[in-house]
Amino acid sequence: MTSSGVGLKFIATPLHTGSTGSRALGVLTLLAVGALLLFALVLSPPEISQGDAVRLFYVHVPSAIVSLYVAFGITLLGSVIYLRKQSVFWDLMAGAAAEVGVVFLGFTLLSGMLWGKPTWGTYWQWDPRQTSTAVSFVLYLGYLAVRKLDMDPTARSRRAAFLGIVSFFNLFIVRFSVQWWRGLHQGTTLNPLDMQMANIMLFTFFLGLLTMTLIFFWLLLHRFRVAWLEHQLAEISLEAAIAERRDEDDPGSSPALAAKGIS
Amino acid sequence: MWSDARLIAAKDLRIEMVSRVLTTQVLPFGLLVLIVFGFAISPDRQVVGGGRGDQTRAVLEQIAPGLFWLAVLFSTLLAIGHSFAVEAADGNLDALRMAGLDPAGIFIGKAAAVLAQLLVLELVLGVGALVFYGAPLANPVLLLLTMIVATIGIATAGILHAALAAGLRVRDTLVPLLLLPVLAPVLLGATLATEAALFGPASDGWPWFYGLAAFAVLYVGAGILAFGSLLEET
Amino acid sequence: MMAVSLEVVSDPVVVLEGAVSLLGNFPALAGLDFSVTSGEIVLLQGPNGAGKSTLLRLCAGLAPLRDGKGEVLGMSLATTQGRRDVRRQVGLLGHQTALYDDLTVEQNVRFWTAAGRGDLAMINPALDRLGLAQRLRTVPVGGLSAGQRKRTALAVLLCRRPKLWLLDEPHAGLDRLGRDLVDELVAQAVDSGATAIVASHELDRVAGLATRVVNLAGGHAPAGRTGRVGGAPDQAGHGAE
Repeated sequence: MTSSGVGLKFIATPLHTGSTGSRALGVLTLLAVGALLLFALVLSPPEISQGDAVRLFYVHVPSAIVSLYVAFGITLLGSVIYLRKQSVFWDLMAGAAAEVGVVFLGFTLLSGMLWGKPTWGTYWQWDPRQTSTAVSFVLYLGYLAVRKLDMDPTARSRRAAFLGIVSFFNLFIVRFSVQWWRGLHQGTTLNPLDMQMANIMLFTFFLGLLTMTLIFFWLLLHRFRVAWLEHQLAEISLEAAIAERRDEDDPGSSPALAAKGIS
Repeated sequence: MWSDARLIAAKDLRIEMVSRVLTTQVLPFGLLVLIVFGFAISPDRQVVGGGRGDQTRAVLEQIAPGLFWLAVLFSTLLAIGHSFAVEAADGNLDALRMAGLDPAGIFIGKAAAVLAQLLVLELVLGVGALVFYGAPLANPVLLLLTMIVATIGIATAGILHAALAAGLRVRDTLVPLLLLPVLAPVLLGATLATEAALFGPASDGWPWFYGLAAFAVLYVGAGILAFGSLLEET
Repeated sequence: MMAVSLEVVSDPVVVLEGAVSLLGNFPALAGLDFSVTSGEIVLLQGPNGAGKSTLLRLCAGLAPLRDGKGEVLGMSLATTQGRRDVRRQVGLLGHQTALYDDLTVEQNVRFWTAAGRGDLAMINPALDRLGLAQRLRTVPVGGLSAGQRKRTALAVLLCRRPKLWLLDEPHAGLDRLGRDLVDELVAQAVDSGATAIVASHELDRVAGLATRVVNLAGGHAPAGRTGRVGGAPDQAGHGAE
């Protein structure tokens, strides 16, 4: 029960965290980061109503999309596959995606607050998106806490998988309920549909989405490989531990009793 | 499933009848929470209008629904904790696994016992909130129905997440972390529905009532499906 | 690991081959070969931490089977469903008695008997048998002594009538009469078709009852240390706990 069985083995094969593929991805990511910095900070113009604060939009919205839909989507997928096939690969993948996703969501919250200060005049506006993002953040912190529990690994993986599925639905329950609640209070948001977008701004936004996605997958790959190596190590140490366990001396046993028979 | 659920619920309620943990500990705690909210938010603080009407109202009266549901939520954490503490004290969880009961039955039984206890608690806290905060009661039917569906959601989600942490040393700290964000929408919906039930108009409350009902259905279903695998420790 | 023995005449009740069971990352059972056939009373012996309790929990379908083969009463320990099926058929009495402190002796026994689909008509005879006087039956279990709790737990076991009895230090905490009673109950259960595995440090006591002794050490049963019980085993050098 170690392989994914769906042609994704190359992700897990190397005995270190780097591979030719991941290095190429790294270079590509760096190039994208460079291009994004150039477009977001230099080439694109300030927005009419928001001014320079709009530049945060090129990382804020992409990181929200990547964490909420890509990262937690992978966690959902991995959890479902784990429950069906008990595949360690997908269990670790679900955990790695959630970890990186939580980091991205934290960045989303932070960049949102930085954007809110000049735009709304306050870091925290109880904006529907902002509020539900904060709740989602805690939701997935709980998921990560369950993954760290000190208990039987199989049972822990199963419980985490359950939570990985339920949390994704909770994400939407939270989002809808907050939206419904704060619907009337909706103010200016970083919503592309609300903004007067020049073509170059639209391009920069998609470049930001691409860049954040690349960063996400680069981090995911490495986080997963660390987890996978830890798993391999545990498997190897298990054999050693079993050998050591079998060698345990038992001064208390009675040779006389043992001599009574053979089986 | 139903006979197992009845067996478990009867057992849990019988334990409560003897130990009186709800009436002697959780209930006073809930009332205390209502009172300390009064300390935190001065009863003299007034607000004009408050969204509905033009008359001046005490802040405390206006936010009574939210405070009430917060007090319920905190009390829920205690009730759920106790529901699993009795199972963990002497290896009873293992024995439950050994007994071969239908896991869905265990889930429904434990959730039903907690539900019954929470409804009693809400009745008392509700009266307490009306008295302490001086809120009116425009639509008792909406209030009652909201209490029932919201509490089904709270009890089922609570038992489900408590099962995740059952038998672990970190149970007491983990369950609130898992449960409160999950119940955040319930707190929201129940508060707004209660607001409508107290101050009117009731038509503002019914959509939230349906939302709460949907949440309850979702978690009852999830519990029936998943409780068995959550109970497994291997 | 060819533990398939040709001399087995009765049905196998427990078959473990190269069984590995982990507690966290620790291999509590490290490649254990162990088999029990119907009607046996097997005495598990070994120092503290040898893996006796884990073996009993594994046979009860509670501890995980990480590696190797494991079957109890013909049902596999490798699958969740298999373990669930096993649990209904076996009775485990461990260090914990699984009683609700707030309920009375009788309520506890009634609840667990009903939960385990046991025989409700057996409750009173079982309580009589365990020497739990009428007066005690309406007392909350929380007020009982350790020995009385154990007697209550044994009464539950009697009512559930498991096919396989798994007893972990069943004599601990009991008075002399209670210990005799445990031996009688095991013997009687086996007479009526059950099988028993008993982990105990009370060799002089169980050895007279057991049909076979299995020595555990380091999570396995070292070859040459497992034998049939002829007479009273020599206990020299075996310290009490």
